[in-house]
Amino acid sequence: MSLPTLDFSLILPELVVLITALLVLIADLLWPRAASRGREQAPAVLALAGLILAGLLTLLAGEWSGATLQGMLVADALARYLNLVVLLAAALGLLLSWSYLPHFSTQRSEYYALYLLAVAGMLFLGKSIELITLFVSLEILSIALYVLTGFHRGQLAGGEAALKYFLLGAFSSGFLLYGAALFYAATGATRLADIAAQNAGGFYMLAGLALFLVGLGFKLAVAPFHMWAPDAYQGAPTPVTAFMSVGTKAAALVALFRVVQAAGSVPVGVWATALAFLSLLTMTLGNLAALRQSSLKRMLAYSSIAHAGYLLVGVVAGTAAGFDAVLFYLFAYAFMNIGAFAIASLLERPGFYAVQDAGIHAADGLFGRRPWLAVAMAMFMLSLAGIPPLAGFFGKLYLFAAAVESGWAWLAVAGVLNSVISAYYYLRVVVGMFMAEPSASAHLRLPLPASATLAVALTALGTLLFGLLATPWFQGISR
Amino acid sequence: MVIPLSWYLILAAALFSIGFFGVLARRNAVAVLMGVELMLNAVNINLLAFWRAIHPAELTGQIFAIFVLTVAAAEAAVGLALIISIYRSRRTIQVDALDLMKG
Amino acid sequence: MTSADYLPILILILIAAPFAGIAILLPSVLGPKNPNRMKQEAIESGMIPFADARRRFPVQYYMVAVLFIIFDIEVIFLFPWAVSLNQLKIFGLIEMGVFLGILLIGYLYVWKKGAFEWE
Repeated sequence: MSLPTLDFSLILPELVVLITALLVLIADLLWPRAASRGREQAPAVLALAGLILAGLLTLLAGEWSGATLQGMLVADALARYLNLVVLLAAALGLLLSWSYLPHFSTQRSEYYALYLLAVAGMLFLGKSIELITLFVSLEILSIALYVLTGFHRGQLAGGEAALKYFLLGAFSSGFLLYGAALFYAATGATRLADIAAQNAGGFYMLAGLALFLVGLGFKLAVAPFHMWAPDAYQGAPTPVTAFMSVGTKAAALVALFRVVQAAGSVPVGVWATALAFLSLLTMTLGNLAALRQSSLKRMLAYSSIAHAGYLLVGVVAGTAAGFDAVLFYLFAYAFMNIGAFAIASLLERPGFYAVQDAGIHAADGLFGRRPWLAVAMAMFMLSLAGIPPLAGFFGKLYLFAAAVESGWAWLAVAGVLNSVISAYYYLRVVVGMFMAEPSASAHLRLPLPASATLAVALTALGTLLFGLLATPWFQGISR
Repeated sequence: MVIPLSWYLILAAALFSIGFFGVLARRNAVAVLMGVELMLNAVNINLLAFWRAIHPAELTGQIFAIFVLTVAAAEAAVGLALIISIYRSRRTIQVDALDLMKG
Repeated sequence: MTSADYLPILILILIAAPFAGIAILLPSVLGPKNPNRMKQEAIESGMIPFADARRRFPVQYYMVAVLFIIFDIEVIFLFPWAVSLNQLKIFGLIEMGVFLGILLIGYLYVWKKGAFEWE
């Protein structure tokens, strides 16, 4: 028997993130009293350093090519872009956590270790080209996120959100696995390339793909499998919501893309039609529900569901151009969505026992209190609605253009109509910020921690410039 | 006598359905978790049956089942911890009593 | 394995089942019977039972159970590893060392955080 060839250099960024997670834990064991000596942010510094190092390794790595670890993971252009978007989202979310976490918890090392494990799970998921690896990566990220969702233990809604997320997440794993077992039955393989090469048809492949889509649909919060998402997003600490709403979507979409490509024997029309209807349902339900929310965070949660619908349009298109557009939109989404959650987190009043959620009118009169914050928030809202020349506009443009090119014009039209609906609730926030008087409950002094300010500045800059400058980099990644 | 594959598949499908029903019908969070575990173990039966009956040459099915087992255990541990944490603050683990968030 | 190989097991069952059945039934037929209230109580090492047996367990049992599940189930990976160690040689040894090392970090963390203390 020949020993497997392992090229660890291809998974260097993932290893860096994993090792950093372990280091954060070990550091807490070795220096338990570091917190009392003014080094309470040491785990955050370490985690941020790990994320930045992983990002640099991803950027500076030469041409990534080929599979490693016995054809279980692949390092390709798709994985590189996914790495970058996940690490970007993670770093921005970490900047938010920096000032947010001390409001309610002293267990920083646990928080950051779990956070990094979730990141590692997402990175591995993006590189998985084998069903077992895919499943294990998905569970690494999910289990870490279940705990992070309920991390605010003084807050009742947090535990509730975590339990709902956990029960439905585990439930959906059952479907995903059943699908994987049927793939295995049809082909005897778990590597996606082998599954594709078998070109097996028949009931097992079709049923397997259907169950797999249900499982991934839960993780992606695609309607009708989205019911956990509003609660989980609302109950989780806001930085976690910001990070997971982008990171999980990105990683699961890449996995979805790889799986539907591998199930080549199932007629494209079948799964694409199914996904198209899911996409339509998701954006419509998400937007309609977002219209009638009284909490800013919950509104953003539903907006996030709607965006899962937009992103699916690119997968439905089935072409490389379509998935390039998905990757582009994910970057744009990372900037504008995390920016919006950042401002929501600044408007909240987190305490040890409970968080007072930012209501839909919490941003009213923000322009008078913190003008630059209001301008940034206006940008995020307009970009989420898809108004030029912001990043979200270009993202939607490419997504819908790819859909039209591959004959899904009606889906593109539905997407545009949905954007119009969504503009109502996004613009309501903007109008409130500039026109309305601050609500009576708005605290007079809005604290502005440096780390969160940095996050807002970075996301605002990204939202403004990404669409204008980044387009040339997103050609032919997905091939 | 060799037991035909279809028997295993029917058993697994029945177990999966029982678990599925448990998740939908039970109100106690621990019982829901048990339903989920039933579903995962039904998949394990499937994997092993497929391995034995269709693809016995390589051990893939067995290895997959081992990974499913371990991940399910990790999941159960996290789930129980969450349930304990909720019980401490709410004094209940009835799923339909957890209704702080609406809309 | 053919069905003939199971014959000894079948013979064992045929002998053991009636034996066990007779041993249970015989005393109830032959033995003297004069029940009273004290005799009908559930036996708890001679003590009079003072509470329902189905009471809630302290939450610490859950903690131990949770930790047990995690560390117990990971042993499953040792079985395929042990069987194929002859072929994996030093590489397999290092891999398992890494795996157990990560588990050890988790174990030390749990220990240091006091999860094993009962109170």
